[in-house]
Amino acid sequence: MSAHDGEAPDVDPVTGYETTGHDWNGIKELNTPFPIFVITILGLTVVYSIIAWLLLPAWPTGRDYTRGLLGLDQGEMAVAGYQRLADGREDWMARFVAGDFDAIVADQALMAKAMPAAHRLFLDNCAACHGTDATGGPGFPDLADSDWLWGGDPATIAETLRVGINSPHPETRFAQMPAFGHDQMLERAEIETLTSYVQALSTGQADPDGEGGTLFADNCASCHGDGGVGGLGIGAPSLVDGHWIYGGDRATIFATLQRGRQGVMPTWADRLSEAEINLLAVYVSGLAAEHEALASR
Amino acid sequence: MLRLHYNLEKISMGLVAAIIVAASIGGIVEIAPLFTVDETVTIPDDMRPHTPLELAGREIFMREGCYACHSQMIRTLADEIDRYGPYSLPSESAYDHPMLWGSKRTGPDLARVGGKYSDPWHVAHLIDPRAVVPASIMPAYPWLMEPLDTGNLGAELATLARLGVPYTEEMATNAAADALAQGNPDSDGAADVATRYGEKVAIRAFDGDPARLTEMDALVAYLQSLGTLTDVAFETEEVKVPEEAP
Repeated sequence: MSAHDGEAPDVDPVTGYETTGHDWNGIKELNTPFPIFVITILGLTVVYSIIAWLLLPAWPTGRDYTRGLLGLDQGEMAVAGYQRLADGREDWMARFVAGDFDAIVADQALMAKAMPAAHRLFLDNCAACHGTDATGGPGFPDLADSDWLWGGDPATIAETLRVGINSPHPETRFAQMPAFGHDQMLERAEIETLTSYVQALSTGQADPDGEGGTLFADNCASCHGDGGVGGLGIGAPSLVDGHWIYGGDRATIFATLQRGRQGVMPTWADRLSEAEINLLAVYVSGLAAEHEALASR
Repeated sequence: MLRLHYNLEKISMGLVAAIIVAASIGGIVEIAPLFTVDETVTIPDDMRPHTPLELAGREIFMREGCYACHSQMIRTLADEIDRYGPYSLPSESAYDHPMLWGSKRTGPDLARVGGKYSDPWHVAHLIDPRAVVPASIMPAYPWLMEPLDTGNLGAELATLARLGVPYTEEMATNAAADALAQGNPDSDGAADVATRYGEKVAIRAFDGDPARLTEMDALVAYLQSLGTLTDVAFETEEVKVPEEAP
């Protein structure tokens, strides 16, 4: 039976706690009070939430929200935090804004600070295509060799980074391998001949006076240079160095001649700052020497 | 206080009412701001909606579950700004129904991936991620080279228009044709896509073959559009960069 109003609560003599007042054939249920610890923590969380409501942005008020006494704003804090990051780098990063590359490369202390940052930047932005070790892959040039399509000095690399190749940038570098077969500039047999000639070029066994040599001089040499040595700085690769962007096997060369190629280097002008572009340019221009040093060790 | 609770527990309907009141506060705080979302999220002047082809790519992005590993929200943290660019603003996903912010990153954030890599890279990467990123754990999606089904695009645009995305009736009627034209820059309809959706829209053979419109075209078009619909974040979140050497 439950305890009636006005009656003294039923207290268990052993524990000293009240019972619930229910009595099941002599069995009573203790009404153990909440532990003080739990009650205290509950009270503290309530107190904390009230303090937080006062100090921090908290309650929605229709078209606005309570701003809090501290006036904190996550967006502003993030931008301020980024500003601090940028300011922390400024002592050496500022040198890269001007882009005096000779002086930068000669400054050992500056390079020691800058190159690890450049490596990070390379991994975040460039490694997806050119590889984490910068050796490229099918369709994406190797940056760690000394063959360059547009030029390997820092200033030229910086310009390539800024405007891109075949990119949407208005000043983009433009390079196109025409689709000689698909656009019916050459017969299939002529493409077969040229394929053999280009393969022979890369092994130094080409005969420039043969049929392939004539075809090459008429159709390819204006971009790839006499004898396919490249190096004209117009995006056409050397064909004699044994390095291939898309592949040097017969089927790939045939496909290149048949359907053309128009590789894209994105423009980084909007994504990276001028200083970051110059930093990467110095880093990339030094990759070839770095890899040669590693290989000769 | 505890005695009040003790007595309340004995009145079952009172307890039910109290639970409903307590639980509702949490719900109201979350839901109430949504009633005024039209007034608190300003649509930027230069904002454009996705083209039909990009929208089809968005559907494929959802179908393949890309959002499970890739978020589309740069958070308000200094390191995120350093790596990905300005943090995401609510207005940038105002036309997304549903939004694809995501909450987990196994792969990188994609909110500003548009234009970062070339189309051939995206194609090679989606067909076999290991071909270009040897350490990648992303699954391969070779079936994306199948033809794209554009049958539902018109109805999808009309539905989104009812949700407030500024698609006109003309856009909805021409949705399938515009999707086809965006993947073929030499087609007659390519100019219409630029007229309807703006000159900044990329009109290319995204998968490298202008003759066929594949799911790859759609997905790459969508990925290349991410972060390019408006420049508002770049304009409002100014970070001072050193302009001249000291």
